[in-house]
Amino acid sequence: MQPSKIKAADFGHYPPLARQLAIENLGILRQLSLVLAPLLLQEVSAYDWKFPAERQEIDAQFSYLGSLTPQELRDIMKPFAAIQVSSVLSDIDWITYPQVFSEQLSAALWATGQVEAFREASIQYVNAYHRLHPPLSPPVPRLTMVIIGQGVTIASFPLFRKLRPYGVYYSAIQPTNGRESLVRALTARANAHPMAYGHWCVDGGEPNEPVATGVTSISYGGLKKLRLAVVEKMRTLGRESGGPEGLQKMMRELDPSQFKDTDDATDPVMSRFRLSIFSEGSGTQFYSTTFAEWTARELFRRAQPLSALIRFAPRQVQLSFDEMILDQNGVVAVDPQGSLMDADIGAFYIWLNQRRLPENEKSVFLGWFEDHPEAVMIAPHGSPGTESHEQVSLDELLRSAV
Amino acid sequence: MAVGSYAARYLPKLPSGRNTPPKSKRKVVVVTFGGGARDEETFAPGGQENIPELLHTLIPQATFFTRVMNRGILGHYVATASLATGVYERFNNFAAVCPQNPTVFEYFRKDRRRPASDAWVVAPSNGFNRIGESDNSSYGSGFGAGVVLPKLLLAQFLAGKDQSFYQHLLRDNYEAPFYTPALAGNDLDLNELGETLQLSLRDFSQHGVQLTSPDELSVFVALRIMQHYAPSMLWITLHDIDVAHAGAFSLYIDGIRRSDRLCRQIWDEIQSNPEYAGKTTLFIAPDFGRDGDDTVGGNGFQHHRTGDIASRTTWMMVLGLGVRENVVVDRLVQSIDLAPTLGAICGFTAQMSHGAPLPEVT
Repeated sequence: MQPSKIKAADFGHYPPLARQLAIENLGILRQLSLVLAPLLLQEVSAYDWKFPAERQEIDAQFSYLGSLTPQELRDIMKPFAAIQVSSVLSDIDWITYPQVFSEQLSAALWATGQVEAFREASIQYVNAYHRLHPPLSPPVPRLTMVIIGQGVTIASFPLFRKLRPYGVYYSAIQPTNGRESLVRALTARANAHPMAYGHWCVDGGEPNEPVATGVTSISYGGLKKLRLAVVEKMRTLGRESGGPEGLQKMMRELDPSQFKDTDDATDPVMSRFRLSIFSEGSGTQFYSTTFAEWTARELFRRAQPLSALIRFAPRQVQLSFDEMILDQNGVVAVDPQGSLMDADIGAFYIWLNQRRLPENEKSVFLGWFEDHPEAVMIAPHGSPGTESHEQVSLDELLRSAV
Repeated sequence: MAVGSYAARYLPKLPSGRNTPPKSKRKVVVVTFGGGARDEETFAPGGQENIPELLHTLIPQATFFTRVMNRGILGHYVATASLATGVYERFNNFAAVCPQNPTVFEYFRKDRRRPASDAWVVAPSNGFNRIGESDNSSYGSGFGAGVVLPKLLLAQFLAGKDQSFYQHLLRDNYEAPFYTPALAGNDLDLNELGETLQLSLRDFSQHGVQLTSPDELSVFVALRIMQHYAPSMLWITLHDIDVAHAGAFSLYIDGIRRSDRLCRQIWDEIQSNPEYAGKTTLFIAPDFGRDGDDTVGGNGFQHHRTGDIASRTTWMMVLGLGVRENVVVDRLVQSIDLAPTLGAICGFTAQMSHGAPLPEVT
């Protein structure tokens, strides 16, 4: 089916907000290329479960496309239109199953050597869109705090090596009550700048008491029931899937309604987000360090938080996947040193994700080795690649930066 | 020391040729890392601590290609098959299918009229079972390499016995850990192979204690093959690095360090085994890289899904017979150049390959 043939009735099965959005923008959708229309609809179809920042992004894309003249729109679509699409792909009911189209398109692009052309087309499109619709600035500079090394007495390698060139390395932090200081900073910001899904606490360990009203909390330990239920699904679906692509598709199609007994579904946005961490992430089901890093990556990419506190905890030791998938209830030894290395690179990746958000140059990033005097801070006023050996508390450090 | 800095130490030492055995006596061993390793964790300054053997022992004896581009599909089976055929294969990475173009094993055996025992592949997972032989009508059946899946061999010895002690050696594909493709098209008689290699459960029991990974098991079996068959063409695919897909950086680094150590072990065997010493050229290369840290849409080292430059670019080192030592080649070459290069060394023509022999090592 070609996009020019789309009708309002085709969106009958979409959730309410998604349906309304698609119908309002029917005229635009009809003018898109066959490659781009399903990809945009993939986002639209999940609109009801998107974070506010994601909804703004989709709205802005329609606003941008709607502002173009027919000729401008044709020019923008040209690189996408040049991509050869087989009849197998075009015959997919991509309005109902945009995800299926997206997966098969991806495989076809690799198989036909058109991946590069698609990448180029996408980059051109995003750049053109951002020229007219620059990303929205946050109301206050972002603050991200990452705690690594829980349970480690001595680090067996130099910490924060990848982050140090961008900020100040501190060697004499007063660590007492350090975690409480960071939680206080998060709470204060949530109170001062209330924003739905704007302030986050991610813990790779056991759940703590809810941090504060206005802070969205998620933890590896707190999601144990959901995690085990997803692992159980993987076990059963793995036998039925007929292969990895089949399994991935089945995992992506999992719905929170299938996990009612294991997850509080009062907030459908968060319910889907929690499930996606385990159904779309790789390794999040077994390693708490991967859970913490991937959750942070996803919340930065999707929710674009104003504040985030991410704490890594020791993960289990490496076992074969068979062992892990068959028994997630038994007591398993943990690997604190390996987890510290995971968290160290995880902190770097979290900073990279923060850096991709608008007005990054004003953002503040703090990495801290839990209960130890080592930290790194990347902030507008700090001199990159320098060190400070001055005794300072985390409270003072944050006050000076934020 | 950055990868390219070896160029400053360019010390061409052309082989005299007088002591070079004829092509009919030459042997090649190819080691690929199925589970790409990035420069950041290997040859870039921050990664060199992970590869002491490659860096300090092997590179000084090698011609080192710093820019090897893979323009094909970045899945480990299809990419390894592409290395073996010299053509960017386009089949489904997870399907139990043969390469579509002739492999170096078929060219070698047909052109050189070599027996089946002269070409072997030691591969990490069931998905690689069909890599030894293409379905090309001019080659294919009867001309391929024997493909040994060490885990299958171990599992056979363990049939009906408690496998719990060996679980860590039976890990399969890290990209699709919950799926094991059906085995088909490899008629290797495991009983016979086990007997020939003089392997027994006691062997596995004794060595299994020290073997901490599937790659160690692969090299253990590969060395046995070298000792018992002394094949002229041996291809070993290591795979532990691909644990990176689970997102645990420390396990990925462990995989790199293990691969580094195992490469040295293979080189030592080549040097000390009279069937190989002085007759063998060793190739070591990751099949491709992994996503770069800065690539939007990826998650750094964890996957190789974006097709960015970091995931497509890797390196290759060549050492041993006929290879100039301590030479760095910075020009861009392609991973599919490996097959015709092997042909030039071993005396066959990879006629359907789209790559070109690398003159620096042929």
